[in-house]
Amino acid sequence: MALLDPALILSLADSTIRLATPLILAALAGLFAERSGVVDIGLEGKMLGAAFAAGAVAAVTGSAWAALGVAMLVSVGFSLLHGFASITCQGNQVVSGMALNIMVAGLGPALAQAWFGQAGRTPILPDEARFTPIDLPFAQNLAEVPVLGPIYAVLISGHNILVYLTALLVVVVTYVVYRTRFGLRLRAVGENPGAVDTAGVSVAGLRYQALVVTGLLCGIAGAYLSIAASASFVRDMTAGKGYLALAALIFAKWRPVPAMLACLLFAFADAAQVRLQGVALPGLGPVPVQLIQALPYLLTILLLAGFVGRAVAPKAIGEPYVKER
Amino acid sequence: MRAELPRWVDYGLLPLLNLAAALVVSGLIVVMLGENPVEALELLISGAFGFGEAIGYTLYYATNFIFTGLAVAVAFHAGLFNIGGEGQAYIGGLGVGLVCLALEPLPFVLVLPAAIVAGAVFGGLWGLIPGWLQARRGSHIVITTIMFNFIASALMTYLLVNVLIRPGQASPESRVFADHVWLPQLDEIAAGFGVDLPGSPLNLAFLFALVACVLVWVYVWQTRAGYRLRVVGQNEQAAVYGGIEPGRVVMVAMAISGALAAGVGLNEIMGAQHRLILGFPGGYGFVGIAVALMGRNHPVGIVLAAILFGALYQGGSELSFDMPAVNRDMVVVIQGLVILFCGALENMFRPALARLFRRPAPAGAVA
Repeated sequence: MALLDPALILSLADSTIRLATPLILAALAGLFAERSGVVDIGLEGKMLGAAFAAGAVAAVTGSAWAALGVAMLVSVGFSLLHGFASITCQGNQVVSGMALNIMVAGLGPALAQAWFGQAGRTPILPDEARFTPIDLPFAQNLAEVPVLGPIYAVLISGHNILVYLTALLVVVVTYVVYRTRFGLRLRAVGENPGAVDTAGVSVAGLRYQALVVTGLLCGIAGAYLSIAASASFVRDMTAGKGYLALAALIFAKWRPVPAMLACLLFAFADAAQVRLQGVALPGLGPVPVQLIQALPYLLTILLLAGFVGRAVAPKAIGEPYVKER
Repeated sequence: MRAELPRWVDYGLLPLLNLAAALVVSGLIVVMLGENPVEALELLISGAFGFGEAIGYTLYYATNFIFTGLAVAVAFHAGLFNIGGEGQAYIGGLGVGLVCLALEPLPFVLVLPAAIVAGAVFGGLWGLIPGWLQARRGSHIVITTIMFNFIASALMTYLLVNVLIRPGQASPESRVFADHVWLPQLDEIAAGFGVDLPGSPLNLAFLFALVACVLVWVYVWQTRAGYRLRVVGQNEQAAVYGGIEPGRVVMVAMAISGALAAGVGLNEIMGAQHRLILGFPGGYGFVGIAVALMGRNHPVGIVLAAILFGALYQGGSELSFDMPAVNRDMVVVIQGLVILFCGALENMFRPALARLFRRPAPAGAVA
């Protein structure tokens, strides 16, 4: 069976990691917002805005690091706007997120057209202005070692720096959420903001801090799309990844490591989908590509319906906190 | 918490202020694009209302927004946030299209009611399932309806690419319906009465949208079912004490919501495209959220807000002819800003206005 070819499995795993990286970053971003009690369906828009910013800045300055920085700033700006609407103005958080997604979907292509004259995309970047694959030490020499060699050379080595940063961030976020004072307060404010307020901690302040972290992480995710995974910003390049990350977050019951695993699962479905085109499964015949694409969404619905375990959201999610007088 | 305001301020001045703020920010972006914002606004307005054909197009787009706005509003009265208008419109349009393809030999008077029923049933089911999941399994409606949008999109792509595609054609769309089952355009109908209207895709679906407004008004404010709907939306516990079963109300509300969203399918598929195509709901479902919010979830307000968004669509495409830097993408930006200011930031000006319009406190009352 061709599906069990080791080289194929390895390359499938390799593209799974590439595809999962922006999802993981966005899911971690969503984790901070939602754990603080702010619904964030604007992950998509923040990522897309950051992708545009990174593509534009890299094209102008030629520096991937400057591009990453600006992308994070832009994304934090959008995050603060969401915070202003949902924390300060106590507006509807879902509407705020939707508005952001719609606005950015138009803004990127409009500005790209006006500034670069390239029909809604930014110029193609040279490799110096991107985050390109890094060969880890001895990758070439060890490739010959049976089993472990190829795994190291193909799977572990040869990714860009943002992929390794993401792996590190999963560890950092887990530590921050479960082992620091900020993490404790974050978890508390999403469950019972009244108690946090009573303890003398500003609910609004804490939620703004959480949203800044959300913005930073979405900024990296967006930059990954336009200056690492590809070499320019193109229209709608997030293609629903923000919503998918949100689904992964729910799947993971708002916990970092399970969120990473859910993202890997969704990314695997995506990677497999490309290879399954036209392949007939034994007894089932050809599987429609669209079915595999819809799989993460179907799984999320089954999960939410309690058929695959129960997802319990932070209790105070989606509700503006009104201080008692 | 909401500061009390005189009704005309709440329903008139506040939305206008929010709209103005959205337009100011849009103007700043137009400046960033290197164009004159005042000139752009003039072109936008004349492009939307300046001549007969433009008005026809504006109302044709408004038809879609009325349907999705009503859909969001009905769910909203039950305390539900239906983000699935996009998918419900898509699947509803599938129902309309299947009837047009299958019942082609029959006369129009038989096909039309069948198409309306099929659209409503398809769209209604696509709304009912998330409603059922919320009512019986506790899944959150916002997330499930988002997921259902994606599933609808995947399903339609599959059907159009593999099943409904016109034989011998590469692009994923069905064959064109026989022209006697097309929804007549209003200019054709008017011509039958000897009235000369300018040509546009404005069709019978616009009148259906207005009928839907009346029906929604009657349903929500004049019937027992509508009363139950609003009680559940305002206080679910009170509803339970009052002998109302919220789960049932939630499911009915979502089914009606989905059926209303399917009206987009009627307007687009049977009224304008005359074949099933990919992606025809094109964001109307999402903008419906803004239309409902701006219209304060009331049919009259929804019609006004829908015309505003229809004008933005139509005026925006005229604008992009005359001012290429301000293209269709910019229209999407303006939509997003209108949703942001009129929806999410609707309370921004409220405290200031409340200070301005504070009614004299009754004697002895504590301020």
